[in-house]
Amino acid sequence: MDVKTLTVLGGTDKNGQKEEVTLSCAPGDVICVVGPTGSGKSRFLSDIEALAQGDTVSGRRVLVNGSPIDMTGEGTFGQKIVAQLSQQMNFVMDLAVEDFLLLHAESRLVPDADAMVRTILTAANELAGEKFTGRVSVTQLSGGQSRALMIADTAVLSPSPIVLIDEIENAGINRRRALELLVKKEKITFIATHDPVLALMGTRRIFFRDGGIAGIIVPDKAERESALYVQQVDDQWVEWRETIRNGNLLHIVQKR
Amino acid sequence: MKLVTVAGPPSSGKTSVILHMIRALHERQISAGVAKFDCISPDDTEIYWKAEIPIATGLSGGLCPDHFFVANIGDCVMWGIKNRFDLLVTESAGLCCRCSPHIRGVTAICVIDVLSGVNTPRKIGPMLRLADIVVVTKGDIVSQAEREVFAFRTSRANPKAALVMMNGLSGQGIAGLMRSLTGIPDVESVNGAELRFAMPAALCSYCLGETRIGKGYQIGNVRHMDFPGQNDSPGTAAK
Repeated sequence: MDVKTLTVLGGTDKNGQKEEVTLSCAPGDVICVVGPTGSGKSRFLSDIEALAQGDTVSGRRVLVNGSPIDMTGEGTFGQKIVAQLSQQMNFVMDLAVEDFLLLHAESRLVPDADAMVRTILTAANELAGEKFTGRVSVTQLSGGQSRALMIADTAVLSPSPIVLIDEIENAGINRRRALELLVKKEKITFIATHDPVLALMGTRRIFFRDGGIAGIIVPDKAERESALYVQQVDDQWVEWRETIRNGNLLHIVQKR
Repeated sequence: MKLVTVAGPPSSGKTSVILHMIRALHERQISAGVAKFDCISPDDTEIYWKAEIPIATGLSGGLCPDHFFVANIGDCVMWGIKNRFDLLVTESAGLCCRCSPHIRGVTAICVIDVLSGVNTPRKIGPMLRLADIVVVTKGDIVSQAEREVFAFRTSRANPKAALVMMNGLSGQGIAGLMRSLTGIPDVESVNGAELRFAMPAALCSYCLGETRIGKGYQIGNVRHMDFPGQNDSPGTAAK
């Protein structure tokens, strides 16, 4: 299904207060979802996943290309328009990476499945901190590698034009590249996160309070510049981590 | 009264799905009761009690739970009508993959979980193939790829059903299930109604309590396996 716009019409928060917002998204948009624990981020993602029609707790409505759609009707199998990725998700099939991807490609009726497998494997390795081959079992991948594979596979092979990501921090993957890949594949991406690096990468940021959307932020020039600084600090952290992981002493403060 | 039959393998999440369904119905001021079929222990009964949902439990004991179900569904419907439920849900024991409790003219739900493996949709018979709605649970803990492969295989097994992905713990996906349930038919009695598919058959000495093993003790509807290499069974010869 071709999704040109996705619109979220506000409902109510936990106190029954109306959310006075309309959020319109187009392919390639990255919307970051932030707020304290329990502020309603997951419920928001769940509304999008369900393509809510005022029939969820929040009362929000989600429109695709301007109209409500129902993806649960007869013959809608395999056409889900929302893909999801969260920290709790794991591979449970005991298959080598390439066999696993082949299985997925076959279910998508891809004409040249082998080429597709190579494309995804290359993309996943560009995201992963540590490289892996197609012969290793998916269940043996490290946390970062399996996140990288999930993102690459979802971006390249999943038919869903909308991707929801819930908490993928600390995963040891290149977050910027992961987002670039999703943008390149014209996905509408929603990311719920507490990670400042990730939160600042969005084209827009929605913040939550008391179960409701409290506001939408469009980063200004000063924030985009600040985001670059945050990225530098994060790179510094990575460097320190590598120093320690590789068995070295960390000497940031010089001996007097 | 509306009637919905819910079937599915053991531990696939039938009870959780039904609880979320009835909670959502209560929010809409719709009353519901459950007729729960089990074999040995009525463990789930307590869960329904705690949720203050009227429940009738049937224990099939040594009988095939499917046969036990069909022999009692008429009385279940009468119980539901007597209690003035808007909806009666029956929950199957969920044992064999050949289970086939769905009735023509009665909305049929099959609950399966992605953790059961991608070959499961092919292994489950009429319980899945003839359902109107297939609820797929536990998708929240596997990858998107595995969900898609599972959905694809399920659609191969039953191309006509509506698919609902649902998280039995959080209830995410319940909105989709409730939408699939709008406009389902009323059922005042199942007297004279027909099963969508014949139930698993058996009528042999073991049905009557025989416990000894051996050809001499087998009487009635008994079938024997073919083994690779037998000349008279070309279909199963070793490759």
